[in-house]
Amino acid sequence: MDNMRHKNGCRNGCCGLCCTRIENFGVAIGKNEILKDVNLHIHCGELTALVGPNGAGKSTLLKAMLGEVKHTGELKFMDEKGIRNGQPLYGYVPQHLNFDSGSPTSVLDLFMASRFRFPAWLYSSRTIREKVAGSLERVKASHLIDRRLGALSGGELQRVLLALALDPVPDLLLLDEPVSGVDQSGMEIFYNTLTQLKENYDLSIILVSHDLDLVLKYADRIALINRTVLSSGTPQEMLDEGKLLKTFGMSWYKGKIEFSRQEEKGDKSV
Amino acid sequence: MIGFINDITEYGFLRNAFLAVLLVSPVFGILGTMVVNNRMAFFSDALGHGAFTGIAIGSVLGLLKPIWVAIVFSISFAIIITIVKNRSRSSTDTIIGVFSSTAIAGGLVIMSARGGGFNKYSSYLVGDLLSITLSEIMMLMAVFMGVVVLWLFVFNKVLLISINQSLAASRGVNTLLVEVVFTSAVAVIVTVSIPWVGILIINSMLVLPAAAARNVTINVRQYHLVSVVIAQVSGITGLVLSYYWNTATGATIVIISAFLYFITLAARSRFG
Repeated sequence: MDNMRHKNGCRNGCCGLCCTRIENFGVAIGKNEILKDVNLHIHCGELTALVGPNGAGKSTLLKAMLGEVKHTGELKFMDEKGIRNGQPLYGYVPQHLNFDSGSPTSVLDLFMASRFRFPAWLYSSRTIREKVAGSLERVKASHLIDRRLGALSGGELQRVLLALALDPVPDLLLLDEPVSGVDQSGMEIFYNTLTQLKENYDLSIILVSHDLDLVLKYADRIALINRTVLSSGTPQEMLDEGKLLKTFGMSWYKGKIEFSRQEEKGDKSV
Repeated sequence: MIGFINDITEYGFLRNAFLAVLLVSPVFGILGTMVVNNRMAFFSDALGHGAFTGIAIGSVLGLLKPIWVAIVFSISFAIIITIVKNRSRSSTDTIIGVFSSTAIAGGLVIMSARGGGFNKYSSYLVGDLLSITLSEIMMLMAVFMGVVVLWLFVFNKVLLISINQSLAASRGVNTLLVEVVFTSAVAVIVTVSIPWVGILIINSMLVLPAAAARNVTINVRQYHLVSVVIAQVSGITGLVLSYYWNTATGATIVIISAFLYFITLAARSRFG
């Protein structure tokens, strides 16, 4: 149903072109210029991966979009009805929670604090509980509802945070290195869930990642960031132009890329 | 204990002290939960120092009730620290340390400058619960109700910020505003309690019940309940014991909560 809504929007020239435009973003803290002239088009129903070296300003870009960090430039968002709408509804999965792992805060508390006005310390009604369980079920995590946040494994925590970011279903889902500290199979599960959600809800997803393997496999677009957007394109374009290699100076990675190309050619011939 | 109940009915000052404990302990228990969660123990200590300076300024101005000046001063102090902490890239510890020591030094200079009459103020160091008056209890009542109402409205936001500031911002929470409101509330309760509890141990009243509660709880409802119960039990027990032992009430209350803290710590290591 969301998909249909979106296709109506397409007629208004929203999707296919873009739903979100980041125009001339710049962030400076003191005299230190962290981001400059950032221009990006985020397409609906696509996963855009931001890659770049450490300290390139990827997380800062997400925080600037959220309005947490002051920035110059504009973010223009067009919703599915084709109405210009300055501020999209964000879903955000932070890089690290950095919270006190001894804190007596359960998954239910986290949802109550984010989603409901009713004070979480007072009482949790059955209705609220059922709604939260429903949100968690989207990422198959409803069994975690009463667990303490500090007692969750890295992968479980990321799924809970993803469920939270999807409640309510956002226009733009921002993920900051969502799978750091999660094992390989956990990552695969996470990315598969993400792909499914992207298709079901026609989400625009922006993901910061260091893991080129996963980015090449799951992203629809890659933007190379180092204080500005160095280049962007589909994974294939980025590989063909060798831009990923140049920027990162990852000669060690070349073998891997050629290998994956051969694999793809193999796939095509089948 | 029966003797104590008889004394309460007989002596007005003891009844007042008892009422004060009943009102103040839950507030400490409630606000303490988020002070501990936000790792603000050092911060609330600084607020106590700010309140001390406020009392000093109030006395210098020759006011009968320096407490109002102190409240205004420590709220401003809390707001300034919170804003500087958010703007600056220096370590939070350093910033709080700078403000805290400046405040206490300022307070001492002001108090000692008035003809060496510092001894007059030494009661603020230890506090004297038995000297509390009925009108002051009315003020505590107002603070108590104010904090509970505030907590109904801002708690969810404070909790979310304590989990992750960017996450809170992505949910449309004005993080700086909420932080300022929360620290101001802590500043008010610390300031109004200093004359009865004393500046030296005020912070333990705020930190200990919550620190004990989190050893044995797994969600915020349990956390609040246990924290308030521990605060209340140590408050009442501390008052009764200090009355019989003839000791400083605030300090006796803190000793009881510390005792309860170690019990919960032991319970935690036993039950995981």
